[in-house]
Amino acid sequence: MCLAIPGKVIKWIERESPFATATVEFGGVRRRVSMDCVPEADEGEYVIVHAGIAISRIDRSEAMRVLETLEELELAELRESVDDLPIDRPGTVRGTP
Amino acid sequence: MKYLDEYRDPAGCRRLAKEIRTTATRSWTIMEVCGGQTHGLLRHGIDRELDGVVRLIHGPGCPVCVTPLESIDFALDLARRQDVLLTSFGDMLRVPGSRQRLLEGRGETGNVGIVYSPLDAIRLAEEQPDRQIVFFAVGFETTAPATALAVRRAAELGLDNFSLLVAHVCVLPAMETLAANPNSSVQGFLAAGHVCTVTGHACYEEFVSRFRLPVVVTGFEPIDLLAGILQCVEQLERGEASVANCYGRSVRTDGNTHAVELMGEVYEVCDRPWRGFGVVPGGGLKLRPKYASFDATERFDFNSLPIVEPKECRSGEVLSGQIKPTDCECFGTRCTPESPMGAPMVSTEGACSAYYQYGAAESTALTEGAKS
Repeated sequence: MCLAIPGKVIKWIERESPFATATVEFGGVRRRVSMDCVPEADEGEYVIVHAGIAISRIDRSEAMRVLETLEELELAELRESVDDLPIDRPGTVRGTP
Repeated sequence: MKYLDEYRDPAGCRRLAKEIRTTATRSWTIMEVCGGQTHGLLRHGIDRELDGVVRLIHGPGCPVCVTPLESIDFALDLARRQDVLLTSFGDMLRVPGSRQRLLEGRGETGNVGIVYSPLDAIRLAEEQPDRQIVFFAVGFETTAPATALAVRRAAELGLDNFSLLVAHVCVLPAMETLAANPNSSVQGFLAAGHVCTVTGHACYEEFVSRFRLPVVVTGFEPIDLLAGILQCVEQLERGEASVANCYGRSVRTDGNTHAVELMGEVYEVCDRPWRGFGVVPGGGLKLRPKYASFDATERFDFNSLPIVEPKECRSGEVLSGQIKPTDCECFGTRCTPESPMGAPMVSTEGACSAYYQYGAAESTALTEGAKS
């Protein structure tokens, strides 16, 4: 029920409230979307749309945050796997579990 | 699709799942509030992946499931009238009333129509001036701005053949009811990302300080869900309880102020019976007196008949997280999506339907990449 999907604002059609409308593209499909709750959205920007109305503008820097956390985890994993390599290091004895 | 595919990466999912397992020193019980999240968790196998580390309890976040039978029966009565076209989202129209289902009603009268948006119902009212178009307005705060906007447009256009049967519900009062229950085993909440997109998350501060339970605003894709769970587990391990936002690309602290204003202009908070819960104080929205002329219960006679819930159906316990759908004796036998006893088996967001649909699923976001 609370399904909402991101789409790209292609073109504003009407700016006047309560009839604000723009064409928004979802994976190649274009639809008319009510823009009354995102009057500041620019063309080219992404909005999240639920039941025919845009309910938020996607914050691009915030969108990167969780992905950056993932990159950090990936790096940590790589470091771990390097540490686990069965190589001789002075002063350490490493097994190969 | 941009802003969806990035959050479905199987390798990223496995890393987050591993991080959750490493972080947790014991098993934690977390409730995801929204039905969309329940489906995401089951579809991607996250519940099974975290088995033994995180116990996920499914919350009441399926508005269709908690809509009282009285409202559904009233909608059925309306759909039988020759002068009415009853419209709503497909999910709502599939839920059985106490006597019949709305979509079955279509065969009899042809007076039920599925729409994607309440604004489509406005268009129908403009196109068919001789017909009364009623929109059955269900949904949380995510959906209420859209139906409020429909009312604003109808008022502006002077439409006298459009009305709403309002069954909107509010999430936070239901969370308070759940958290205040002394039998509740919930140790942390994943708050519903799209509800918070509208309401913001500042409104959860008081809840957190009152109940000392972490609340993590969480999105719907597998990476979002796992990131939300990780944040919740980290707080629990540290013995902390605060409001955290793991869906920042859509949710701001104060939500969408335009949407909140729109809702406040058209609706006021009221007490509302939730199916499976009883009356939730402040748990619903109703039209303000200023917009009473758009209220279907004012426009048409509302003769409420005594309602009998099917005795065997344990949907009330499922909706309040007391039992898992599979604990019900009827699950998958006498109760299936084709022949449902209760709303959680009908709605695509209901917990019972999720268990039925994904119970035997093998391919998940967490295993796809591992296979290749």
